[in-house]
Amino acid sequence: MVVDLEYMAGLFPVILSYAPLTLAMATIAMAIALVLAIALAVVRVLRVPVLDRLVAVFISFFRGTPLLVQLFLFYYGLPQVVSAFRAIDGVTAAVTGLTLHFAAYMAESIRGAILGIDRSQWEAGASVGMTQVQLMRRIVLPQAARVAAPTLLNYFIDMIKSTSLAFTLGVTEMMGAAQKEAAGSFRYLEAFLVVALIYWAIVEALSFVQRRMEVRLGRAFAR
Amino acid sequence: MIRIEGLTKRFGARTVLDGIDLEIAPGERIVVIGPSGTGKSTLLRCLNFLDRPDAGRIVLGDLVVDAARATRRQILALRRRTAFVFQNYALFANRTARQNITEALTVVKRLPQAEADARADATLAEIGLADRGDAYPAALSGGQQQRVGIGRAMALDAELMLVDEPTSALDPEWVGEVLELLGRVAAHRQTMLIVTHEMQFAREIADRVLFMDGGRIVEQGPPEALFETPRDPRLQAFLRRVA
Repeated sequence: MVVDLEYMAGLFPVILSYAPLTLAMATIAMAIALVLAIALAVVRVLRVPVLDRLVAVFISFFRGTPLLVQLFLFYYGLPQVVSAFRAIDGVTAAVTGLTLHFAAYMAESIRGAILGIDRSQWEAGASVGMTQVQLMRRIVLPQAARVAAPTLLNYFIDMIKSTSLAFTLGVTEMMGAAQKEAAGSFRYLEAFLVVALIYWAIVEALSFVQRRMEVRLGRAFAR
Repeated sequence: MIRIEGLTKRFGARTVLDGIDLEIAPGERIVVIGPSGTGKSTLLRCLNFLDRPDAGRIVLGDLVVDAARATRRQILALRRRTAFVFQNYALFANRTARQNITEALTVVKRLPQAEADARADATLAEIGLADRGDAYPAALSGGQQQRVGIGRAMALDAELMLVDEPTSALDPEWVGEVLELLGRVAAHRQTMLIVTHEMQFAREIADRVLFMDGGRIVEQGPPEALFETPRDPRLQAFLRRVA
């Protein structure tokens, strides 16, 4: 017997018990990243003086370096020079790294979506006397959300899978749990297969939500 | 009284508005005609700072805006006292017909929602779309969309309504209903500046017609005078072409 199915079946509940931590990390990081990404995108679109340049550098760095390197910098690197970082645990470091990394990517997607909104929408808002902020919040961002939604959900899916890197910071999430189980039983194939299947199931469930959401966001555009 | 002095706009090396002077009396309905590319739409867009004029002054009651030094606050004030009807309707795509009308009322004029809704319903009835208030723009015909665009402008109670080629993007079958509605708006003595190629419409509703060419007002006067006894050769040639 190459694959021990009985062992696998027994492993599912063990690994699944760490799914809440995985999902919590991904959800919290996604929520903060989304808010941050919208802010970054708006700063870039409105070309806010000074901030615009800083945001460009921020995005460039977090898109230009591997997530794993960023996590190591936060968790192992910074505490060596900034003592305040020493108190940070693996989960917090992972969530912070995921947040900043994905915010940079998502900001660019949102910026693209905003720039894709027809000029007539800006002019209509301006013509009735809306401020830039009112226009953004009420007209442009809701329309950009529809354009960006599929991409952003893809990032969320990517984010969920990327939480597995937290295991390299000593966090026992699903991947960490599987590693520990496998180290005891030497059944690496089964353990990692179980993790793979659980990730796959979570992502499939999300894809279902994604399709539902796109229908809802497209409501105003149905003929 | 609305006064425009020396309004100038350049796109690169090209002068599109070459020092426009114009006074508009309250309730006056002015139609702007002229060949394409002579600055008619740019004049309207500059009056609302959709295009930023390079020089000149716009005086709207107690509001004096110096184009070269206009502040963000002044531009907002100017836009809040004027209304704009776009060639391509420019309805808010994520808002229903009713919301297109209430949006500026609640967000900009800070009316309570109920009051804004009441005004929107009255406006929807006036533009003949009482039963389409919950429809999104994508579900409306071109003519219906433009009527909502006009309704949105009407509901603002603006001191000046700027109407930019309201029927140019429409299929011929919808032109009539839009002109009919604009005629009714004009009948209420709404102060307006309309750019159009519909000469018959201009004759019917205008107190004064401006003929623009090369970024200047070449000739102006009551419609009978302008259409029956044009003096400038460029106006004569233009009228022969569009007749």
